[in-house]
Amino acid sequence: MNIIVPVKQVPDLVEELEINDDGTDLDRDYLSYKLNEFDEHALEEALLLKEEHGGTVTVIAFEGDDTDKVLYTAIAKGADRAVKITNDLPPGTPNHVLAKALASVLSGMEYDLILTGVQAADDRDGQLGVLLANYLDVPHVSVVSGVAPSNGAVTVQKEYAGGVMAEFEVDLPAVFGVQAARQTPRYAPVSRVRQVMRQAEIEEVEANDTEANIGSSIRRMFKPEKGAGAEMLEGSPEEIAEKIIKILQEKGIKK
Amino acid sequence: MASNKHSIDPDQIIEKEHVVQEGMDISGHWNRMFEQRVIWDYNTEMLDKVTALEGGESLGYCYQCGQCVPVCPVNLVGDYGPRKIFRRVQWGEDLFQSPLLWQCTTCMNCLRVCPKEVDMIQIMPAVRQEAVLEGYVPEELQQAFENTFDYGNPLGESPKKRAAWTKDAGVPVPIMKEKKQAEVLWFVECYPSYHPRGIDASKALARVLNELGVDFGILGVEEKCTCDSQRLAGEIGLFEEFAEQNIKTMKRYKFKKILVTDPHALNALRKEYPKYGGKYDVVHYTTFLAPMLEKLNFTKKLDYKVTFHDPCYLGRHNGEFEAPRQILQALPGVELIEMFRCRENSYCCGGGGGGMWLDGFMADHVSERLSERRVREAVEVGAEVLAVCCPYEVSRFEDAVKSTGNEGKLVVRDIIELVVEAMAAN
Amino acid sequence: MSQDVFVVAEHLQGKIDDVTYELLGKARELAGQSGGHVVAVLMGSGIQNQAGSLGAADKVLYMDNAALEHFNPESYARALSHILEQNQPRLTLIPNTSMGMDLAAAVSVKNNLPLVAYATDVQIDNGQVVATSQLYGGKINVESVLEGDSSVVSVLAGSFAVDAGKQDGSPEVETVAAPDGLDQTRVRFKNLIQPEGGDVDITQQDILVSVGRGIQSEDNLPMVEELAEALGGALASSRPIVDNKWLPKTRQVGKSGLKVKPKLYFAVGISGAPEHIEGMKDAELIIAINTDPEAPIFEVAHFGVTEDLFDVVPALTEKLKG
Ligand SMILES: Cc1cc2nc3c(=O)[nH]c(=O)nc-3n(C[C@H](O)[C@H](O)[C@H](O)COP(=O)(O)OP(=O)(O)OC[C@H]3O[C@@H](n4cnc5c(N)ncnc54)[C@H](O)[C@@H]3O)c2cc1C
Ligand code: SF4
Ligand code: SF4
Repeated sequence: MNIIVPVKQVPDLVEELEINDDGTDLDRDYLSYKLNEFDEHALEEALLLKEEHGGTVTVIAFEGDDTDKVLYTAIAKGADRAVKITNDLPPGTPNHVLAKALASVLSGMEYDLILTGVQAADDRDGQLGVLLANYLDVPHVSVVSGVAPSNGAVTVQKEYAGGVMAEFEVDLPAVFGVQAARQTPRYAPVSRVRQVMRQAEIEEVEANDTEANIGSSIRRMFKPEKGAGAEMLEGSPEEIAEKIIKILQEKGIKK
Repeated sequence: MASNKHSIDPDQIIEKEHVVQEGMDISGHWNRMFEQRVIWDYNTEMLDKVTALEGGESLGYCYQCGQCVPVCPVNLVGDYGPRKIFRRVQWGEDLFQSPLLWQCTTCMNCLRVCPKEVDMIQIMPAVRQEAVLEGYVPEELQQAFENTFDYGNPLGESPKKRAAWTKDAGVPVPIMKEKKQAEVLWFVECYPSYHPRGIDASKALARVLNELGVDFGILGVEEKCTCDSQRLAGEIGLFEEFAEQNIKTMKRYKFKKILVTDPHALNALRKEYPKYGGKYDVVHYTTFLAPMLEKLNFTKKLDYKVTFHDPCYLGRHNGEFEAPRQILQALPGVELIEMFRCRENSYCCGGGGGGMWLDGFMADHVSERLSERRVREAVEVGAEVLAVCCPYEVSRFEDAVKSTGNEGKLVVRDIIELVVEAMAAN
Repeated sequence: MSQDVFVVAEHLQGKIDDVTYELLGKARELAGQSGGHVVAVLMGSGIQNQAGSLGAADKVLYMDNAALEHFNPESYARALSHILEQNQPRLTLIPNTSMGMDLAAAVSVKNNLPLVAYATDVQIDNGQVVATSQLYGGKINVESVLEGDSSVVSVLAGSFAVDAGKQDGSPEVETVAAPDGLDQTRVRFKNLIQPEGGDVDITQQDILVSVGRGIQSEDNLPMVEELAEALGGALASSRPIVDNKWLPKTRQVGKSGLKVKPKLYFAVGISGAPEHIEGMKDAELIIAINTDPEAPIFEVAHFGVTEDLFDVVPALTEKLKG
């Protein structure tokens, strides 16, 4: 099975996120980026499938900060090919545009499966995998946590709330939004990454279609209000209980 | 079947029933010493796999004398030690996939007593490196490796905040990027930069350095983990990556000495960095401060019964046993009591060699944590303060004080915190 | 083109999910502003009777087809696309859930509609639809203006009150025909798998009540467990509780345990050591009970209580049980 894993760099949430002066984007000068954690799971699932059933794994990323490191790391983990899309699509580019670009690159490639992370921290205009599948007009299932080939098709499990899962049989090619791989994403020993950096090659391609109707614009970004430290709740145990319940209701946790 | 490499030709053995040599009667039926023994019939495949590695050779030297077992800190709370490891590998256990591989804290106490110089400090990283390459790595440890690779520190904290602690240090902590040169480059390391209790000690040291008028600077956000413990836990590539970066960074600045808070950094900078072209004069802060004590004005009497835990990587690994004690003894009112296991034979806190990131893993293999055992030893000798000078230890021992129910009886303090406390009035 | 606000009803195993009522309540408010109607879209097979619980809608569009008996990303997306094509509502609200994720982005492409996801609020402001999304792990809110006459917003569950939209009634039910060949799909539903017994996976829970050494004895565990039940969550703990074998290792939160990101993390008698905080600091809402006002847990908590847990926990459980 030939599997393609498109991956995306997202702002690293370990860092403080700052908003730019006109309040419509993050202050990207000081951001650092990290591979979307769900993409790590998509890659792991792809590598497991390859190990079990043969085939190849191709990782595709958009050119940007640390893209090479991400791609080399993927090869060190066991991916066969690494491809970089060289169009100027900086972080923060809407997913509709990224999906369109990917679709135009992928339509020239052979594949059976496309595995993406189910979501990413900056999916303002929808999840990449579902958009991509619809641009390519191939079937998709998101929130997937198990993929197994079954005579010409694959069986996947999709997770609903409360732990209930639905099993689907899907014709190939298909796109799946991976929620969790069957095992913790593997570790790429740094000595191997360093060796790959010396030996492996990253292919470069240009997408010929990056036009998509996004149909929305950012008016304002702001940080949710959060005082320093905890707000203290006082009173008798009963009063405190009342206050807690009120907070839970406001946050939609308790109905 | 691997070969019987040690076998000797029985025809070559001459049997003598009555022999007196140098006045001693050693006659007897030709003795079993010269006969092939069962031990030689083991399949040596698993052992060969270890001894074939660069660094793994000395496991094969073990002749089962057993000296190492009673001094092994892990054996005291579990079932461990080089002799046992050798034996189990000889019985066919694959060390590369065995839980035995991750329990050694590389404390070096076995090497100290081993007549054959079976060297766990070489064997463990060599075998672990192979295991890591094969993907056998406990999850907690993997997380620490990933954090280090991504952020330059095993805690997974923002690299941009590495010098954030200096903001409320209360004294100036110059950054080399601005200062360019200094007498002393203070290599702060990760736990002293990020862990709340490590930060307490860093602030205290900053105060003392200012008090002494030391011309110093830190690398701040340019500093990366020295990765000594990651190296010993098998991630040699990670070590090399950051060693290269740190050496490159330090090349940009002029300094005479490197001062470290962390004995693990001491070990890396002193013993490993030269292999990568970084040759420095490195001192631990206790060694650095001990000769300058009279310049500090101690105004507060501490009146504590203090015991001191020798960090493996300061004491056994780097030979410094006196300086920490000199400092403690110079503090007014401090009564220093030694624990039964101290100096060369000191116990281990369990944090070394990757143990810092194997807490959950270890829990499945030991009856109590090494840190808990050590805390009980400190309480037994009647100490009120357990003094330490390695940043792994404060967090480990404080946690152990709680988990052994010794809160209120024993507190854990870095030596530098005690120094600052004794300077209270100025 | 209409000014109507559509809500896609989500249902599983014959039960309408609460998020649908949240959206209906919000849609009521928005339809008031746009001057349109609230329309619930119900897709399924033989579930017309469910329309009765969608009383907050003015109208229910019901598509009945064997291919819609179970949720199926392909047939549902095609069905919804068909309905939106025919009706062109001002706004369509879709839950940003597992099912909704497969629909919202799909109809955005199929029908060329603007989409904003992860919304926690939607307004109509000067005739424009404005959605606020919770992005970057909840660290940043992003307010987007949706262009055009028709758009889609997918809304995170738990954003609005359920009550406002949960009304029985008999809204007008209009049956719509399914598009042709809806059963010709490349995705085929096989079966549902119910969650196994076994121990709960605390990383997958929305609500965690976590206990620490403050509970003093194993005998007090049931008291906290009751609170977890009343909240509909699971029990987690700090390491000492696991060390004592009062709870299995799978419940340990922290550096050497599991990292969790629930909607609510209720820390009961936990001091908040750095090793513990590492595992739970990303929870959306953290409430801590600890008698020590200096406990570091209060530095990461959003709300704190410094009363005795043995008083507060039972009082809260009782109130929750009502
Ligand atoms: C390498 C390493 C790894 C570790 N990994 C983890 C880990 O993964 N997870 C983890 O949790 N810990 C971990 N620890 C341990 C950690 O350092 C702490 O010791 C531990 O988290 C403390 O647990 P606690 O908060 O339950 O207990 P304590 O720190 O003892 O806190 C109990 C709290 O309860 C409060 N309290 C007492 N009575 C009451 C009452 N009646 N009402 C209200 N409050 C009350 C007290 O004020 C106190 O703050 C690790 C430690 C090390 C060194
Ligand atoms: S002390 Fe050395 S030779 Fe003796 S048993 Fe231990 S490792 Fe073997
Ligand atoms: S180095 Fe220390 S922990 Fe490792 S085997 Fe030797 S004595 Fe035991």
